[in-house]
Amino acid sequence: MLIKLARLSLWNRKGTALMTLLSLTLSLVLLLGIEHIRKEARSSFTNTVSGTDLIVGARSGQLNLLLYSVFRLGNATANVSWATYERIAKHPQISWTIPLALGDSHRGYRVLGTNQGYFEHYRYANQQGLSFAAGEQFAGVYEAVLGAEVAKQLGYQLGQEITLAHGVGAVSFSEHKDKPFVIKGILAATGTPVDQTVHISLEGIEAIHIDWQQGAPMPGRKISAEQTLEMDLTPKALTAFMVGLNSRMATFVVQRQINEFRGEPLTAILPGVALAELWQMLSIVENILLLITLMVLAAGLVGMMTTLLASMRERQREVAILRAVGASPWYVFWLIQLEVLLLTLVAMLLSAAVLLLTLFGVQDWLAAHYGLFISVMPFSTETLYWAAGILAAASVLACIPAFVAYRKALTDGLSVKL
Amino acid sequence: MHNGVPVTTKPKIPAIELKDLQFWYRAGAWQLSLPAVTLEHGQHLFIQGASGSGKTTLLNLLAGITAPSAGELWVQGHAMHQLSAAKRDKLRASQIGVVFQQLNLIPYLSVLDNVLLRATFAGQAAITLQQRAIDLLRALGLTDDLQRQRASALSVGQQQRVAIARALLTQPALLIADEPTSALDANNRDAFMQVLLTEADKCATTVIFVSHDQQLKRYFHFELSMADLAKGVVAC
Repeated sequence: MLIKLARLSLWNRKGTALMTLLSLTLSLVLLLGIEHIRKEARSSFTNTVSGTDLIVGARSGQLNLLLYSVFRLGNATANVSWATYERIAKHPQISWTIPLALGDSHRGYRVLGTNQGYFEHYRYANQQGLSFAAGEQFAGVYEAVLGAEVAKQLGYQLGQEITLAHGVGAVSFSEHKDKPFVIKGILAATGTPVDQTVHISLEGIEAIHIDWQQGAPMPGRKISAEQTLEMDLTPKALTAFMVGLNSRMATFVVQRQINEFRGEPLTAILPGVALAELWQMLSIVENILLLITLMVLAAGLVGMMTTLLASMRERQREVAILRAVGASPWYVFWLIQLEVLLLTLVAMLLSAAVLLLTLFGVQDWLAAHYGLFISVMPFSTETLYWAAGILAAASVLACIPAFVAYRKALTDGLSVKL
Repeated sequence: MHNGVPVTTKPKIPAIELKDLQFWYRAGAWQLSLPAVTLEHGQHLFIQGASGSGKTTLLNLLAGITAPSAGELWVQGHAMHQLSAAKRDKLRASQIGVVFQQLNLIPYLSVLDNVLLRATFAGQAAITLQQRAIDLLRALGLTDDLQRQRASALSVGQQQRVAIARALLTQPALLIADEPTSALDANNRDAFMQVLLTEADKCATTVIFVSHDQQLKRYFHFELSMADLAKGVVAC
């Protein structure tokens, strides 16, 4: 009877009940949605690089190395010499390496000098490799492969020529105008910094700097693009390189050997560990997000209580009738509690459905346009804790109108103030 | 002042017995005192009083919503003045029926459900009382068709009759009516009084009827005036 009464009483006030349900559902969708995105962002962030066992650069801090090698943020303090790179690459435990040479840019996007190993071994997210949206790898010296966002933002097509600029500013005064690059390939979106990178070969990097010295063109000495091709384009230095090992067991041994390398001061980092550490630093953002979500939920719940409190006036008669037929004040208390739980439960189910449908709808679109791979399943065991917590919070807040009803039942008794 | 004189031969336990019953909110402030009253089953009492004369307090007291400050109140042999609030609620569900001035029904429940609402609190399954509810409603002139409708669809007169059915569902010792005819016209009023007392007599229920309408006095065995009950301070 209690459930029937609660249900029918809510149905009787369906206008306000539906509005309450709507606002509560919206805030729950926000809560679950933001919570899901928060988790996805963390896993997507920590999966910016995967499959790489070590990242090696000149001696510096772990975060610094991670930032400039993976996120193309900031600059390297020093380079790694080509000789050192070649020596380490021959280490018996090392299966593959990806050389990284940074320092130039194209209209604000970083230029990365690398080799074919990059397209072969670079992995992100769940061991996902790079794939081409159009074209193919660079083969020649003056060929470039664009990240998805570079191509999209600048509207580049295959076969177009681009000039690279020295330095990393959006506007550069010293461009490598004499040696333009042809776009050979465009990568599919990955949702990682790869999307914002212009990739060229290490020889290409060497070629555009062949007539430069100390970061400026040598006056009076111009070597044409064609002449350059005749010359030795073996790189002299790298910014950093990624390392894949034969066995993950060897990670710490190799890391230690590199850190203690006699030839020049180097730092080897475990990208997973460094990424997790970086995310820790960003956890304040995560916490603020969580806080906002909780506020939204609180607003939703308080809204529900307000509506219920407001309805107590019109329900005075209901309470008096129930008392007359023998209901105790506690019965009235639980009636209100049950109404709140019913509303909250329905709102939770609705919001889960809305979220599932939304995710299902936008998943492909997000992957195609932003390289964001969001899982369609926003629920985990953690969601159950959330659900329990929300119900508990609702029930605690429901004590306010329920207690008002209880007091009414106790003091007003059979009197119906009209 | 009339004390109960049995009109039926059978019952040994009085339906309601008041012994020097008193109620006050604060000591020394306005108080309500009732004289000794004993009503046997089937004896009906008319209490004359306008609203504002402490009527609600009296009703709450008789129905066991509030506990008396002093004195004794026995309903069907149960010492109401000694029972806890929860026990009084239980006793009310089975032994005391209440009919309000108007708006007696929960508008969103069907007529039948409104009557059966009582069964839940009296600790009986609705199904066992369903037939009695239907019979009562029929006897009160509410067709099966009307019984399935939402309570709010009924006329005021019909709603008041449904209230009688609900009050008498569990064959209580006592029925308390608070000006149940005030919203009815003269014809309806007399018809209402007839069915109320007929149905109450069928289950030997004692009716305590509060009203300011002197004309209704003739239906009752005894009468009391609110003015005699409220002592000390004037009514609020």
